[in-house]
Amino acid sequence: MTQYLLSVFPDEAAIATTPPEETERMYAQVGAFNEEVKAAGSWVFAGGLHPSSTATVVRAVDGEVVTTDGPYAEAKEVIGGFWIIEAADLDAALAWARKGTVACGAPVEVRPFQD
Amino acid sequence: MTAADLERVYRGERGRCVATLVRLLGDIDLAEEAVQEAFAVAAATWPERGVPPNPGGWITTTARNRAVDRLRREATRGDRHRQALLLHTPDEPEEVGPVRDDRLRLVFTCCHPALAQPAQVALTLRLLCGLTTPEIARAFLVPEATVAQRIVRAKKKIAAARIPYRVPGDAELPERLPPVLAAVYLTFTEGHTATAGDDLLRPDLCAEAVRLGRLLAELMPDEPEVLGLLALMLLTQARAGARVADDGTPVLLPDQDRSRWDRSLVAEGQALVRACLRRGAPGPYQVQAAIAAVHSDAPSGDATDWRQVLDLYDLLLRLTPTPVVALNRAVAVLHVEGPQAALDALDGLPLDRLHLFHATRADVLARLGRARDARAAYDRALALATNGAERRFLRGRRDASGTGTEGAT
Repeated sequence: MTQYLLSVFPDEAAIATTPPEETERMYAQVGAFNEEVKAAGSWVFAGGLHPSSTATVVRAVDGEVVTTDGPYAEAKEVIGGFWIIEAADLDAALAWARKGTVACGAPVEVRPFQD
Repeated sequence: MTAADLERVYRGERGRCVATLVRLLGDIDLAEEAVQEAFAVAAATWPERGVPPNPGGWITTTARNRAVDRLRREATRGDRHRQALLLHTPDEPEEVGPVRDDRLRLVFTCCHPALAQPAQVALTLRLLCGLTTPEIARAFLVPEATVAQRIVRAKKKIAAARIPYRVPGDAELPERLPPVLAAVYLTFTEGHTATAGDDLLRPDLCAEAVRLGRLLAELMPDEPEVLGLLALMLLTQARAGARVADDGTPVLLPDQDRSRWDRSLVAEGQALVRACLRRGAPGPYQVQAAIAAVHSDAPSGDATDWRQVLDLYDLLLRLTPTPVVALNRAVAVLHVEGPQAALDALDGLPLDRLHLFHATRADVLARLGRARDARAAYDRALALATNGAERRFLRGRRDASGTGTEGAT
């Protein structure tokens, strides 16, 4: 079994204008998907994140740690949530990712963890 | 045994041997190294002992034994799990039916949708056809380092992300088969009309694609699109001898000397088209093959049943509504309904960047007697064409259209 990170890349600008009932429906879909992953024994961990405006970046530059407000500026997309799942192979992981992207309505990136 | 014997075994058996070793070893690099080593042993021992009765089996067994020896020797590789796997596989790789052929597993791994198409094509040519990295680079006119990097990255991804080594089930096949067919067809079309360089054809690449097509048809005899792809390639390949004039410029289909078509390829392609059409599950490759079959039926360009060609293009456009299909359909419209209808069919197609669009439009405009517009369209086509032979052809056409006067027919 391999563990895969399924990262969600939502359109943050669109989220701000999404009607509440649509957000509710998305939460319900994701909840149902989570239950399915758990029932299949593939669940490791998952979480949704607050918007990237709540992010803070720290980095060590020449031995000094600098703290800055906002998301990591060089990241083109910001992550909005993720699942960590366990799957036999990439096809199995992609099968979960397909269901996941339909449930949350945003693109999902699949990446294997190192052993 | 001659060098040619060994070369023949290499060409014929390497793909199958690598495919089996990938299954046994679970590692593409190890499999390739082991098979390479086995062929080196063959080159050293066969001249004296003769070619064994089952050369492929001999190579596979030798490669496997070498790999086992090496894994035992190299404790640093220390993959006990893999060693255990090796110890538990029977000495002779078991005989498997066509459906379980390891090469089919390998095709689906090489053409997994998680890999980019250039990597799919490079991996397929390397692992299944045995082409070297420099050969693939030459065939597609890309730097060797680029091909090497694509192959290395793809192999790493297959291993790290665990792209499985298996034939997809029936439910997955509709999604998984198209990239396989596309990789083979891309290889063929690149050989058929090279995107760069001076020669129109690259026969080696076409031959590899047809070989892969035959292999797929043997491994998946019940997939109509697989048969359709093979038929399409055979019927196109049949015209190769008539497609290029002695000076290297292309000859358009209506003008080709049909006595130079390869009749046995035509017969084989037509039989495949009939076999697929009986199944009643038309797909894009089958319909394109059917169009090629109609052309191959006509004793001359003038005797072409363009009505049937147009009907088939209508069907193709419904199956794959792309601008390029609409462009090809416009040529059939030209022959059935005349140049004005063809021009109407061309206008508005979003193909401004495609030289063939402007070349077709130029031809239609010339037939309408709009010589100045035709010349401008040929100029546009010339500005976009990258193949030397095609450019020479377009220049000739443009210069010929330049002799007419505006409004004359």
